Order: sequence, then C-alpha cells, then structure tokens
Amino acid sequence: MTEHRTGARPAASAGTPGPGLRAHAPEVSAARARAFGSWYYAEHVLRVMNSYRWTILASSVGTPVMYLFAMGVGLASLVDSSGAGTFGGVSYLAFLAPALLASAALMAATNEFTYPVMDGFKWRRVYYGPHASPLGTHQIVNGHILAVTLRLAVMSVIYFAIVALFGASPSPWGWAAVPVAVLSGLAFGVPLMAYAASLTEDKGQFALVMRFIATPLFLFSGTFFPLDTLPLLLRWIGWISPLWHGTELGRALTYGHAIPPGLAAVHLLFLIALTVLGWRLAQRTFARRLGA
Amino acid sequence: MPPDLTAEPVIAARALTKHYGEFAAVDGISFEVPAGEAFGLLGPNGAGKSTTMKMIGGVSQRTSGELSIMGLDPERHGPEVRAHLGVVPQQDNLDEELRVRDNLLVYGRYFGLPMSYLKPKADELLEFAQLTEKAGAKVDSLSGGMKRRLTIARSLINEPKILLLDEPTTGLDPQARHILWDRLFRLKESGVTLILTTHYMDEAEQLCDRLVVVDKGRIMAEGSPATLIREHSTREVLELRFGSERNTTVAADLEGIGERLETLPDRVLIYASDGEAALEQVTARGLHPITSLVRRSSLEDVFLRLTGRSLVD
Repeated sequence: MTEHRTGARPAASAGTPGPGLRAHAPEVSAARARAFGSWYYAEHVLRVMNSYRWTILASSVGTPVMYLFAMGVGLASLVDSSGAGTFGGVSYLAFLAPALLASAALMAATNEFTYPVMDGFKWRRVYYGPHASPLGTHQIVNGHILAVTLRLAVMSVIYFAIVALFGASPSPWGWAAVPVAVLSGLAFGVPLMAYAASLTEDKGQFALVMRFIATPLFLFSGTFFPLDTLPLLLRWIGWISPLWHGTELGRALTYGHAIPPGLAAVHLLFLIALTVLGWRLAQRTFARRLGA
Repeated sequence: MPPDLTAEPVIAARALTKHYGEFAAVDGISFEVPAGEAFGLLGPNGAGKSTTMKMIGGVSQRTSGELSIMGLDPERHGPEVRAHLGVVPQQDNLDEELRVRDNLLVYGRYFGLPMSYLKPKADELLEFAQLTEKAGAKVDSLSGGMKRRLTIARSLINEPKILLLDEPTTGLDPQARHILWDRLFRLKESGVTLILTTHYMDEAEQLCDRLVVVDKGRIMAEGSPATLIREHSTREVLELRFGSERNTTVAADLEGIGERLETLPDRVLIYASDGEAALEQVTARGLHPITSLVRRSSLEDVFLRLTGRSLVD
C-alpha cells in the first residue's frame, strides 16, 4: 500500500487532539488558498458584516423609502406640475429613482472602503492576520472588494424593489439598473480603497473626501436635474463623476432615457476603467504596505 | 519529543540579510533549526528579531542570503510555506468585531479547512487556551492575556508543525505569562517546533532548548541557555549597590575581586564562582555596600558580556 501525500500526518499538534480530528496537509491548504483565497477573505468580511446585518438591512429599506417619499413624492408634486417634458417625458420620481439607486451604492461603498481599510492597516490591524496565512495580499484586496460588492448588490436589490413598488421603473429592463448601481459604487469606492490604503495617519482626510468630493458629485452629477441644465463651467463635474455615468445608464434601463449606444458604451467603460484602475492600485499599495 | 537531528532542518538560514534603505535590520545571520526544537532569538528591541521572524513567516522579502522553511523558499512558495506555519505576531491582530470563536473559524477558512473540521477544532482550541467560557464573547472584552491566548489558539487552527512566536508575553502580568508558558510547553511536548523571539531572559531560559543572542542584526553567540551562561559568564554574580553617586568611584577599589567587574549606573556586578566569598573580600577591604545580593548568572549577564549593554532598557 502506498502512502498518500495528503493523507497521513503525525499526531495532531495541539495539546488535546480530538478523536479523528485532523487538518488536511499544508500542501492542500496552500493549493486551496491559491485557488479560492479571495473568497476565503470575502467570507471573513461578510461574517463581520453579518454582525451588523440589521443595521445594513434597516438602512437599505429606510433610505430609499425616505428619499423616494421626500423627493420623489413631495418635491415631485411641485416639479411635475411645472410642466412635463423637462425630464424626458417621465415623472420626476422616475427621473430621480435611478440616480438615488446609484448614489446609495456609492455612499455605502464610500463607508466600506475608507475607515475599514485604514483600520485593517493601522488600528486593529486586521489585514495582518490573513497576511500571515497562505493568502496572498492581492487576495485580501479581492476578498474585501468581493464582500462589499455582495453587500452593494443586496442593498441595491432592496432599493430597486422599493423603486419598482413606487412604480418608478416602467421599463422591463429596469432590474438591470441594479448591477449598474453596484458598478457605480465600485467605480468610486475601489479607487478610494487604494487611497485609504496609502494613508498612514488619520488627519481627517476621509471627512474631506466626503465633503469636497462625494457631496459635490452627488449634487452635480445630474442627480436632481439633467446635467445639461448646468452651465458648461460646472458640467465637467458630471463627466468625471462615476455617479453621472451610472445614473445615465440607469435611466436608459429604467425608463428608456434615450442615449446613443456609443455614449452608453462610454458610460460603461468609464465605470469599468475606474474600478479596474483602483483595483490594480489597491493591490500594489496593499502589497507594498503589508510586505514591508 | 527530542529534536530529530538526523533529519533535514525545518528552518535553515544562511547569510540572511534585510536592509531598509541604508539600515541593515538583519545583517547576515545564519542558523538552522531541527524539527521539534524550541529555538529562541534573544536580543533587545531593534535587534532584528521581528524582521527575521517576518522573513521566516514569508511576509517580508529578504535583501540577500538564503532561507528555506521545510525545504521551501518562502519568497517563491509563499502560500506553501505559510500553510506550514502558525504565527503569533508581536501585536495582536484579532478581529475585534467578531466573537472569540468566530475569530478561529474565519482564520481556519484561510487554509481552506472545512467547517466540519473547524467547528469541533475551534472548541478544542478554546479549551486548550482556557477560553471556553468566552467563546461567544466579543474580543474587545478580553484581557490582554486572554487575547494573547486566543491569538495562540488561532495560530494552531491548521495544526502547524512550526509555530512562530514574536514576543509572546510582552506586556502581560506574571500570572498570565506563566499560563502562557505552560501552554507553550505542552505544544513543545507534542512535537511542535517553536521559534520564539523575546527580550526576557527568564522566558528564553524557561522555553528554549537553544538560542541565539542577537544584537544590531548580528548573531553574537549561540547555544543552550546553560552553555551560553557557562561559556560567557561565571557561576555566580555578586550585585552591590553603593548609591548612584559612589558606584563608579568604588569600582576601582574592587579591582581584583572575582573574575570580572561590570559597573552599571545603579550597581556594580562582580562575576565570581563563589559570590559569598567575593562579598567577604569586599567587606575585608573596608567597603560597605548599601545592599548586596548573590545570585546565579543568567542570560542577562551573557548579553551584558557580549554587547556591553543591558537587555531591557
């Protein structure tokens, strides 16, 4: 009989080995980590998120209901009475909904990719645990992004369901606004993750990011009014904003907002490009900081 | 389990060097560790111990030299090397947002271990770390000693045959240290190779079969605690205090007593095979110290001899 490489192992090393309780061989650990390591780290982050799942769920339901009522119903009754046609022939609520959907994903991504990333390096140093395990630094980045993507997907699905209940997504393709919203969140959040990973000290940079980047993007990305109503001088804010690109795509999907196919491709590629750029930068920064 | 000296060493370093810019944190050190040995790196803060540990742990790249863990180069086979190891870092990095037991589970998943193994294993390790009652508690409610034990339990989740411990008891009170030493003893008895850094000589004497004294990135001496003391110090030490003003002036009058004299700011050390006899010679010269103490030589004395400095400053 030949001995199996992965089978036999000497007595378990912990003080009190249980009957029949054996870890698989290190070679198996390494092979599995190489193949699925990103997912293993995502599991960790998801488990942390699970410990505050009620907060996530409550805000996933509460935020859209609040915004849709306040703006889509309250404000809309004024806006709609001022004459149709301003918003491509749809109700203000329908015009607003895809923008709110994308901006909610963007805000959630901002939360998940700022302080938790700095925490991983600086305060509780959570990244250094998996770093000593078979996982690679790139897998820690991937896993973190993967878990946040799932979180964004769950909240966007809930958000969209509520939008649909409000009757604000007349098109049968409306559901496709969900992955677009998630992508918009990542296009802003992942580059922010790379930035957060490069910071060694908290001097209030994230508050500045919120105040001088996230908030202007939220206000000037064609969220509450079409971008072309802004003077040219301010319109560039929308062009560089992942929120505008995501919102325009979302509008095409939820109510058939007419955009040329070429421009739709630009919107999509812009979002993907920002995400990929941020992702590569984050991997490099994580490797540099953890491997020092 | 006695170290198996015939087998290939589990860790072999040759001329291992790590530079940070111009600064050589580790400056060409060489050593081998056979399976089952408790091997220590003893030295003051900044001696290069942690940097060495990071290179062994496959998380920091060396500048030059050779290093192999279980016959593998950690830079080319990072995941394979790290899969063999259990790591207890100098600073705890537990996930404080998770409960005690969950910390073990998520860590085990990094090794691709299935939940059917991890759940009973986590309970077993909590028992081993005397944390069973804390299984469902939040990590931030644990004391420093408990966190340390949880970190050790976590490092054992993959049943490693090599355990790296970077200053495992720094910052713990004496009782917590003794509990921890007891757990490490048991691991050693079960055949786990322990690699340990410390700047506590008592820890090194208690736990290590063999150790290297490290200073400024270099190995100053190597051997078992007893051998090092025998080779680099006398059997006994007489510690005299004359008051901080007089220690240096009195030193000249003490010349010739014992084998060697060491003057520190707060006391004078006389190295002699018989401390009591040395003390009699001191009083015979009409010198009356405020306090005197005869003790056995320790690794602290070895370090002082080798580097001219104290271990803990």
